[in-house]
Amino acid sequence: MSKIKRDIETLPVAALLEEYPFIDSYFSSAGLEYSPREQLPLKEYLHSLEDEFREDKAIDVDETVSGARAYIEQMLEFLGLNSGTRVRSVSILPGTTKSGEAEGFEALEIRPGEIVSIVGPTGSGKSRLLADIEWMAQRDTPTGRQVLVNGTEPDKKWRFSTSDKLVAQLSQNMNFVMDLTVREFVTLHAESRLIENTEEVTGKIIAKANELAGEQFSPETPITSLSGGQSRALMIADTAILSKSPIVLIDEIENAGIDRKKALELLLSEEKIVLMATHDPILALMADKRIIIKNGGIASIIETSEGERGILHEIEALDRRIQTLRGELRAGKRLDQITI
Amino acid sequence: MNLITVSGPPSSGKTAVILKTAESLRQKGFKIGVAKFDCLSTEDDQLYAKAGIPVQKGLSGSLCPDHYFVSNIEEVTQWGIREGLDILISESAGLCNRCSPYIKEIRAICVIDNLSGINTPKKIGPMLKSADIVVITKGDIVSQAEREVFASRVGMVNPRATIIHVNGLTGQGAFELSTLMHDEENEVDTVKGKELRFPMPSALCSYCLGETRIGEQFQMGNVRKIKLENQHEQN
Repeated sequence: MSKIKRDIETLPVAALLEEYPFIDSYFSSAGLEYSPREQLPLKEYLHSLEDEFREDKAIDVDETVSGARAYIEQMLEFLGLNSGTRVRSVSILPGTTKSGEAEGFEALEIRPGEIVSIVGPTGSGKSRLLADIEWMAQRDTPTGRQVLVNGTEPDKKWRFSTSDKLVAQLSQNMNFVMDLTVREFVTLHAESRLIENTEEVTGKIIAKANELAGEQFSPETPITSLSGGQSRALMIADTAILSKSPIVLIDEIENAGIDRKKALELLLSEEKIVLMATHDPILALMADKRIIIKNGGIASIIETSEGERGILHEIEALDRRIQTLRGELRAGKRLDQITI
Repeated sequence: MNLITVSGPPSSGKTAVILKTAESLRQKGFKIGVAKFDCLSTEDDQLYAKAGIPVQKGLSGSLCPDHYFVSNIEEVTQWGIREGLDILISESAGLCNRCSPYIKEIRAICVIDNLSGINTPKKIGPMLKSADIVVITKGDIVSQAEREVFASRVGMVNPRATIIHVNGLTGQGAFELSTLMHDEENEVDTVKGKELRFPMPSALCSYCLGETRIGEQFQMGNVRKIKLENQHEQN
């Protein structure tokens, strides 16, 4: 019998809480008003409650007991993984296009600190590629691709793990719906990731986000009133610093109100693998490689050339000019009086 | 035939998730049918019919929709078998957060959306707590951080469930969900004799029986009164 199972069956609720403090939040989600002095094991304690109370709170004894076990197992695993599972590489092995032809590449290996951009018309299969990576496809998705981590087939448990996903996704829309301030929100997220020094990490995320955002915001700003650029900045800083997922999938970072170059640098400084669907020349050329998608498959993979990097400098200068004009406009100045 | 019960709060995306998942399942050669249970009206049966999926619709009208579901699930199961379905999906909206239509040994999926607020998982009760699979929708319109916080709240309420994110519009995640839908070991030819996973709430009061007048003299049967906090207590 496992230790967790034995503990749940034999330890009084009070002792169980001492052994596994995090189970507290499971109990409160289950509708239990436990008292720290409970000296009965969980199952007996649940049975000792009045029928009416259990019925009101929709508590099923067996379900609650087996749920407690599952919760403890998950949390222990999650805590244990904090230091382990380093991703050193992700490889994509080819499958087929929508019409069943072989994809136009041998194998693609991506390492932490690398950026790969994904280009192709709408509906060509960019999202499917991102989904294949997120799902760790093993020739069992419509494309037939295989994804390897550290050169081997990854454990299937990653597919459905919520606490320890391999992939974090930054979607195009970064709306917030919760009614919280920036500080409360980041703290809540940090807590759900079981971070120990919540306050320090929260402060760091907000400071980094402010470096990325065109306009500053305070920790007391409600998240629902952040601008599009500020929201994106906060989410990128949050993903870079808080998310343990070694791979970040980005579905286009919009131009407005955020320093995209700094944003990518921040993600890379945290040793992430960045895959990014984009048609923005600056972002596409900042990548080391770009994947060309056609007809549901990877048609080819292009390495960013020296010549292309030269163009990158030009468009960056252009972009800086536009950003400056944007800043002047915001400050209420006339643009015909500005020399750049 | 496999029977799968799908349930979730109104507008959480049940129909969209089922439609996208059915697409993947049909590509694998399975024959899918849907029984849609709702309260007053639904147009979803037309969506299924349009997609070429055999569908039955049941409206509970003045009855409690979940009670109506349990009273009719066997009939619907027999219909599915006659149609020669491989998988019959029953879809029903959880309207009161207290009932749940899940049956022991029958795979149960709860669909819940990211927009419903972080305290919602706690409020939903047995429909979420006793599901085997929890599908979280509308992930594309919230941030990664909110998705993570929301999923961790769901996991707190139901640690045993497999949680999977599905986008009902693009179908992202639907293929992945479809891999969990069919189970050769889980064939049913009847649900007679099976049991609900969780009893539906006990209630039979005068209002269940059509009373409309308000006042203590009209309240009969299983009635419970609110406990008001006395805010101006004087010692």
